[in-house]
Amino acid sequence: MFLPIWKKLKYMLLILVLSKEASVLKAAQISSESDKDWINQAIRFWTFTDPSIQIIALGAILIGINCGLMGGYVVSRRLSMFGDTLSHAVLPGIAVGFMFSQSKNEAVLMIGATLSGFLGVGIISLLKRHTKMKEDSAMGLVLSGFYALGICLITYLQQSPNGGTSGLESYLFGSLVGLSDRDLVPLCFCLSLIIICFILLNKELLLSGFDPSFARSVGLPVDILQFCIWILMAFCIVSSLQVIGVVLVSALLIIPAATAGLLTYRMSQILVYSGILGALSGIVGCFLSFMGERLPAGPVIVLCSTLLFLAVLFFSPARGILPSWFRTRRRGQRIRFENTLKACYQVLESRSFSSQSFPQTALAQRRGKSDAEIEKEIGVLIREGYATRQEFPTEQKSELPSETMVSLTPSGWEIASRMIRNHRLWELYLTKEASYAPDHVHDDAEKIEHIIGEKTVRQIERILDNPQRDPHGKPIPSQDDIDRGWLSPPLVADK
Amino acid sequence: MRVALPKPLEIHDLTVAYQQKPVLYGIDLEVEPGSLVGIIGPNGAGKSTLIKAIMGIMKSVDGYVKVFGDSSRKALTRVGYVPQRESVDWDFPVTAMDVVLMGRFGHIGWFKRISKRDRSFASECLEQMNMLPYANRQIGNLSGGQQQRVFLARALAQQSDLYLMDEPFEGVDAITEKAIVDLLKNLRNQGKTLMVVHHDLSTAKDYFDHLALLNLRLVAYGKTEDVFTHDLLQKTYGGKLTVLSEVGSRKLNEKQPTQEAL
Repeated sequence: MFLPIWKKLKYMLLILVLSKEASVLKAAQISSESDKDWINQAIRFWTFTDPSIQIIALGAILIGINCGLMGGYVVSRRLSMFGDTLSHAVLPGIAVGFMFSQSKNEAVLMIGATLSGFLGVGIISLLKRHTKMKEDSAMGLVLSGFYALGICLITYLQQSPNGGTSGLESYLFGSLVGLSDRDLVPLCFCLSLIIICFILLNKELLLSGFDPSFARSVGLPVDILQFCIWILMAFCIVSSLQVIGVVLVSALLIIPAATAGLLTYRMSQILVYSGILGALSGIVGCFLSFMGERLPAGPVIVLCSTLLFLAVLFFSPARGILPSWFRTRRRGQRIRFENTLKACYQVLESRSFSSQSFPQTALAQRRGKSDAEIEKEIGVLIREGYATRQEFPTEQKSELPSETMVSLTPSGWEIASRMIRNHRLWELYLTKEASYAPDHVHDDAEKIEHIIGEKTVRQIERILDNPQRDPHGKPIPSQDDIDRGWLSPPLVADK
Repeated sequence: MRVALPKPLEIHDLTVAYQQKPVLYGIDLEVEPGSLVGIIGPNGAGKSTLIKAIMGIMKSVDGYVKVFGDSSRKALTRVGYVPQRESVDWDFPVTAMDVVLMGRFGHIGWFKRISKRDRSFASECLEQMNMLPYANRQIGNLSGGQQQRVFLARALAQQSDLYLMDEPFEGVDAITEKAIVDLLKNLRNQGKTLMVVHHDLSTAKDYFDHLALLNLRLVAYGKTEDVFTHDLLQKTYGGKLTVLSEVGSRKLNEKQPTQEAL
């Protein structure tokens, strides 16, 4: 019962091939037991034991993969608007197909839809070629015109005597109810067509999409390839219509691929990610629509892929909004405590390194901050193990006002002296090598000291031939001083 | 006596129109192998059009182009092309390496996969343009000069005998400009023929050994020292041939016949 999903898929495909005479399983059956509690329903869905559930789940996954894969090219070739137009332009074709066959014969409806879609595309290119109209207006015109016509026709059909049970409205917003095993055939056909085309024409499609004029120069029929993409798009849209609906099918072409575009910049990876994201939104949306009884499948599936998009937008490790916000914050914190440590060094220096500890008030003066703020900054240093604090005098009885003395730990000293070293070496480098005036270098060094790497610092030291003093005459701590944990005697004696 | 090899490029009475408006009139041009030709002329002179017409991307109204004695469609693999940088969608999800590999497509053929040999050759081409460290960068993340180097690496990967380049110096930094000039001269010294659209008159004299002065008509073609004269430049840049342009488009738009029926 708990076969892995791929085995289920294989099993389902086998059924499709073998059972020509398979009874039409209407998914309408699945909502009959609506009074059962939702846990049972959920278990029933995810175990995929019920054949009707197998069909709708497989259908939703196939649609997700189809649209996801197709979307990779739609988005990278900037055909999003085109996809939207194409999907809306098919609606009159469905209505006309219904009038023709006087029934909901899928094949006739699909042929009608495809023809109507291409009529729309043809009108766009005619308008573009023979009028001054720009492409976006032409698309907008065809999209809304065809859509309006389609809605009028469908409304009319539903009000006509034999139209009450037509179920044509499901082509607007999509529905899983009424999905039969026969409906999976065009989906499978579409998927194999897409996969074959994408594998065989991988490099041709890539080149003609990126650089059409170069593609022509090496003899690629760019227009024919573009037309192939259109045909595939049309197949993909028409075969997904029943489940997703005219209004939102283009969203499924755009959103998974746009999400994949946030994750990677390679076409092959975009296709894989986008297919997976499409399948994921398909199955989850299908589940929610199954649980929610009256929720239309199309919007729910599209909503799922939108949520996936938002999740990636906010949480993707490399470029997500939240991770990069955290990185910015962490960098800000680091700079703050590095500056505090640097100020500690400067206080020690102003006291000629006579003792290893110094009063907290001196640091507050140096940083130009209030005692409370410095209290907090020192607190951070202590928590991170960069400094220690002691009250002097230690005896409570003493009449002298007590004073808080701070001293740096070896790791605190290392960062403090490294910051000073970076700062002063960079100042010297700017004045000596880039002929900056000595009074212009401080602000730049304030920023560079935090990001310049140790390798670059050593390089600068070599270029400047192991300098002892910065442009303002202050001593530059050497790597040796940092390692030793205190300044070497000559520097101390210097002060 | 040796049989004369077909010339890299032979253009006879070529007329090209764009949206019912002629942009090149009756161009006659023969280029010897191993020439480094600069195509110069004012804006709208038809420089890019000439290149596109040579490759057959733009259909000619009249006349013919022969590349190595053949139609340009037949000599495709012998012609390398560097399009204008603006003609490309730089947000497209491809890496620098992918772009250079595109130069191999003409040799690989339909449906076939890219081989390891093609990959290592593409790496060499990137290396030659000092772009190997950027091989896996998305092409849109490169600077203008770097993008142009990638384009030239792709042209190298084409291993062609005739190169057509559309404004390769447009918007590149000084170092890249120098690198491109070196590459052009290098290729010329290997016996390749290069036609380069160029708009900077001050450098044209140093960069090219032949010049084609173009302004709807081919004003002059020849060795740089013969053609780069005040008179000819005056003629090239001294205003458009307004009458020719007007009459030409009237002729093309005329619905009625304009000559005796044959």
